[in-house]
Amino acid sequence: MTLANPADAPRPASGLAATLRHAHYVISDNPVTGLAFGMFLILVVSALIGPFVVPYDPLASNTAMALSPPSTAHWFGTDQLGRDIFSRVIVATGLDMGIAICSVALVFAAGGIAGIASGFFGGWTDRIIGRISDTIMAFPLFVLAMGIVAALGNTVTNIVIATAIINFPLYVRVARSEAAIRRQAGFVQAARLTGNGEWRILLTQILPNIMPIMMVQMSLTMGYAILNAAGLSFIGLGVRPPTPEWGIMVAEGATYIISGEWWIALFPGLALMFAVFCFNLLGDGLRDIVDPQRRT
Amino acid sequence: MLKLIGSRLATAVPSLIGVVIVTFLLTRVLPGDTAAYFAGPAATPQAIAEIRTKLGLDKPLPAQFLDYVTALAKGDLGSSLSTGQPVATEIRNRLPASAELTLAGLILALLIAIPYGIAAAVKQGTWVDHSCRILTTAGVSLPVFFTGLLLVYVFYFKLGWAPAPLGRLDAFASPPPEVTGFYLIDSLIAGDFETFRASAAQLVIPAVTLAIFALAPIARMTRASMLAVLSSEFVRTARAAGLTPYKVIIVYAFRNAMLPVITTLGMVFSFLLGANVLVEKVFAWPGIGSYAVEALITSDFAPVQGFVLAMAVLYIVLNLLIDIAYGVIDPRARSEA
Repeated sequence: MTLANPADAPRPASGLAATLRHAHYVISDNPVTGLAFGMFLILVVSALIGPFVVPYDPLASNTAMALSPPSTAHWFGTDQLGRDIFSRVIVATGLDMGIAICSVALVFAAGGIAGIASGFFGGWTDRIIGRISDTIMAFPLFVLAMGIVAALGNTVTNIVIATAIINFPLYVRVARSEAAIRRQAGFVQAARLTGNGEWRILLTQILPNIMPIMMVQMSLTMGYAILNAAGLSFIGLGVRPPTPEWGIMVAEGATYIISGEWWIALFPGLALMFAVFCFNLLGDGLRDIVDPQRRT
Repeated sequence: MLKLIGSRLATAVPSLIGVVIVTFLLTRVLPGDTAAYFAGPAATPQAIAEIRTKLGLDKPLPAQFLDYVTALAKGDLGSSLSTGQPVATEIRNRLPASAELTLAGLILALLIAIPYGIAAAVKQGTWVDHSCRILTTAGVSLPVFFTGLLLVYVFYFKLGWAPAPLGRLDAFASPPPEVTGFYLIDSLIAGDFETFRASAAQLVIPAVTLAIFALAPIARMTRASMLAVLSSEFVRTARAAGLTPYKVIIVYAFRNAMLPVITTLGMVFSFLLGANVLVEKVFAWPGIGSYAVEALITSDFAPVQGFVLAMAVLYIVLNLLIDIAYGVIDPRARSEA
């Protein structure tokens, strides 16, 4: 490639300093986005470091201490088996985030590429991919996820797959419209003129250019992916007890809500809300930066 | 108008075909032996082979699909393994419970979200607007099963205002004679106000839970679309002509702003039908969602398949109704059809 391309232009002051400066710009521009980044940091820290620093073993039961309300020894109280809820909530972060990240990465790869190909090539590619998305969209999405997990088998991997499938149409739609705009753009024609194959153009020219929009999409769907996975495990699909996971913990606490033991369901539920809220705010903030016109 | 309905019906057909194919594929093509699955873990090889023949699984795939579609056309969704009851009957019996809950939630959400969205747009930048923004962001972040449990704790355990979250009526009451299957309507038809009050009391908290969930997208869309309409020229003209604010906002702006909101309803229904499953589980509501959840726990696939199909068909029909409503409200959509 000999032609100058905007994507190849040397970026000024790359490296850590520039990243920090940009992060500062983003955060000072909108305090809510700054807050969301802070929340995100908390989630990352509890997912990565949490399992090593929690005060109790998340699986160790202690029936003598069962169903005790929050105290200084057990900040979030204990559940019906006397397990420490604080430790379980923290340790669960990794699994819940892991499921969401894997499914979003999967659907980004599948839906993103399918959408770009759809918008870039048009014709039959577009028709077939469009038909697949339409068929998925014809189902209420959570119901389809239930059906997929029930059919494929009740495992965490299948939760990831089901969550990715129900998000597929969203990614296709965004990637398709963004790719269609750029189909005949100058830089694409230049790349074609210098002898690049269509797939190569698609992956090296179109894909990097629609990455910002796709990142926003990923952040916005992360929240939904977490909710979806937790909902599935709440009804008994996917993750199984005694694995600490927010949805299951809320389900276990549901039995005790009626008799007044609120802490079993409350804390994992709050953690779930915290994570979803964080990604929704983050997505909105990122969208405002990437695509100010869509601000609502 | 008929032409419009006809063309909309035609667009629903491919979705319907797609849905039938997917629900078929969900059982037949996926890994694992369906016959062994239906026979249970303790079955002998002969029993599995017998079931295979009985289910028609030894036939080639297209023939199996034909069998499936033929059975569907007769309204046969197979039978539950654990109860032996036909799935179609069970779903038909339980559908009114789910429909009553979902509709109550939706109506409640619309009654709150639309005025709220309008107020937020009219008073843009004030506390009404900000509270609307916070509410819509928080609303989509709330796991619906968690909201339900919180409401149960506050209104049943703490305050004692709501009855125990155990179904549509408490165990000692008898349901009203069935006409529509909706307890609220049936009890009124029967003139039984005690049952009406009891079933309304059971319905309130689950319906509010669903409404909180559905509120956010509707309010958000109403606000955005009202903002767009309020800054348009015909509204400026109406204002300049000296019409009252009421007339400008409600008669001129609102009707136009409703179109995108109605489109959003399709998405809201997708969420609501899914959320319904979770809410039914929390409140032990005897609808089709809890039927599917019970079946999932016992690995009973026929009810789950029937449930997925029923929900998808329901969703297609709802989308069709939305499309038609759109045509009724917007003459432009009618002429394009």
